[in-house]
Amino acid sequence: MAKISNEELLQRLNDNFAGQVTQTGADFGLLTVEANKENINEVLSFLKTDDVLQFIYLTDLTAVHYPELEKQIVVVYHLHSLTTNTRIRIKVGLTLEDLHIPTASAIWDGANWMERETYDFFGVIFDGHPDLRRILNVDDMTVFPMRKEFPLEDPNRVDKKDYFFGR
Amino acid sequence: MQNHPVYTDNDPQTEYSTLNLGPTHPATHGVFQNVLQMDGERIVSGVSTIGYIHRAFEKIAEHRPFYQITPLTDRLNYCSSPINNMGWHMTVEKLLDIQMPKRVDYMRVIIMELARIADHIICNGVLGVDTGAFTGFLYMMEHREEIYEIYEEICGSRLTTNIGRIGGFERNFNPIAFAKIKKFLVRFPVVLREFEALFNRNRIFVDRTKDVAAVTAADALSYSWSGPILRATGVDYDVRAMEPYSSYEDFDFEVPVGENGDVYSRFLVRNEEMWQSLRIIEQALAKIEKEPTDIFHADVPAFYLPPKEEVYNNMEALIYHFKIVMGEVDTPNAEVYHAVEGANGELGFYLINDGGRSPYRLHFRRPSFINYQMYAPMSKGMLLSDAIINMSSLNVIAGELDA
Repeated sequence: MAKISNEELLQRLNDNFAGQVTQTGADFGLLTVEANKENINEVLSFLKTDDVLQFIYLTDLTAVHYPELEKQIVVVYHLHSLTTNTRIRIKVGLTLEDLHIPTASAIWDGANWMERETYDFFGVIFDGHPDLRRILNVDDMTVFPMRKEFPLEDPNRVDKKDYFFGR
Repeated sequence: MQNHPVYTDNDPQTEYSTLNLGPTHPATHGVFQNVLQMDGERIVSGVSTIGYIHRAFEKIAEHRPFYQITPLTDRLNYCSSPINNMGWHMTVEKLLDIQMPKRVDYMRVIIMELARIADHIICNGVLGVDTGAFTGFLYMMEHREEIYEIYEEICGSRLTTNIGRIGGFERNFNPIAFAKIKKFLVRFPVVLREFEALFNRNRIFVDRTKDVAAVTAADALSYSWSGPILRATGVDYDVRAMEPYSSYEDFDFEVPVGENGDVYSRFLVRNEEMWQSLRIIEQALAKIEKEPTDIFHADVPAFYLPPKEEVYNNMEALIYHFKIVMGEVDTPNAEVYHAVEGANGELGFYLINDGGRSPYRLHFRRPSFINYQMYAPMSKGMLLSDAIINMSSLNVIAGELDA
């Protein structure tokens, strides 16, 4: 089947989720839409089970931290429709006070570890996840290291200050 | 551990025994730990623990300029680092909208396919070792060495290659490199044919691998599997064919698929992929001969690091060198997802750029990480010895698993 155009994809999403799913970009032809945490599972299920779209493949699930935004943590899903060879990117913004989002692991088994990784690094809590533990970091870690405020190196180190490099 | 029931008495008749498979067991080929509950030789349940060699590449990448991220990608799947390097270069080039000359594309294709062969040599060779046949591994290993010598000729290093630059290659392939590639194309098919003759219809090997760890296509897709192990279940998803990058659309090759999704199918798919890679390299060599011989990078001085002799003798080169190294080149404010077909599956780079010197956020979609999560669930009810060869055939590379 031929590739689904972004306009058609957006149209179908709008037919089912009027006004709740909005386009935020289409960098390099990859349609990016924004959903919210109330409807994200319906959106994902719709995209997966719709006869025409068939986004049956969860390529990737991760998050991004934007400290200057109101919704600081953005969870990003990449889906792939293998029959039509179309990709879509879905984003859900979360505030730091309420980092809960429903799990996608009931829709795709593969979401399990990707969500654990996202929890591990950003502290996003996936409600209904069967086993939400840290995965790559040690269990007794107390911080979420991929957040921007977490420094890469020990801030007390002096031997790498800009001063020594003429900056 | 907390998922397992705790037994207090030690009666083997009534209770399961706990077995730590790994983290440093010779049969696991890397730092993987699985805590298994065993009923005799049979696995009742298991829990995978990963992260032993987590090095925070995504965090480090947020503090490094683009060209310094290439060495980080080397250390993902270190059995086929050139594919990771090229994938990263192509991601940045997609972001910057740089078109490569055809010759560079073909040079990249040669390197990537050699890397794929090197990776499959290891995987299939070691699968033989785990089933008790050491010979095939030793036959094949000699030719991985030949591939490494080709890398050495091209970039100077062997395992963590750091081949190429953003915008092309740092130097042209020299005549010795071409000679070595041609020699490899003559010598390797002989050994691969011998290897297949040794295994494909070998009664012991077939008995050990057929119908072991069979996975249905539906399960594999639900677990987001990709690469040879997905194709072994019958799904013909190959990024090279679906979304051609680096001029793969110019090549005539097939995407081999299996039937059962068992260890034996995966073995056959990988062998067939090596034949297809050889075909691609042959075509690429023929195509390169029709291109001008002195082109090995795109004409993008603002992003391609100039050669050192230019930097010392030429004003423009010095300026560009300074601008690139100090990160004073403007880059677009955009998000890009670029996927390449790694040796283990879809290797994706999700790059968010804010115009700064380093990525705002870089996420690696690592096939080993995603492929490995079915390991513990699928081991249920399996014999321990089958679980070992299942792990070999998944070809999980610890560097890519943990990033």
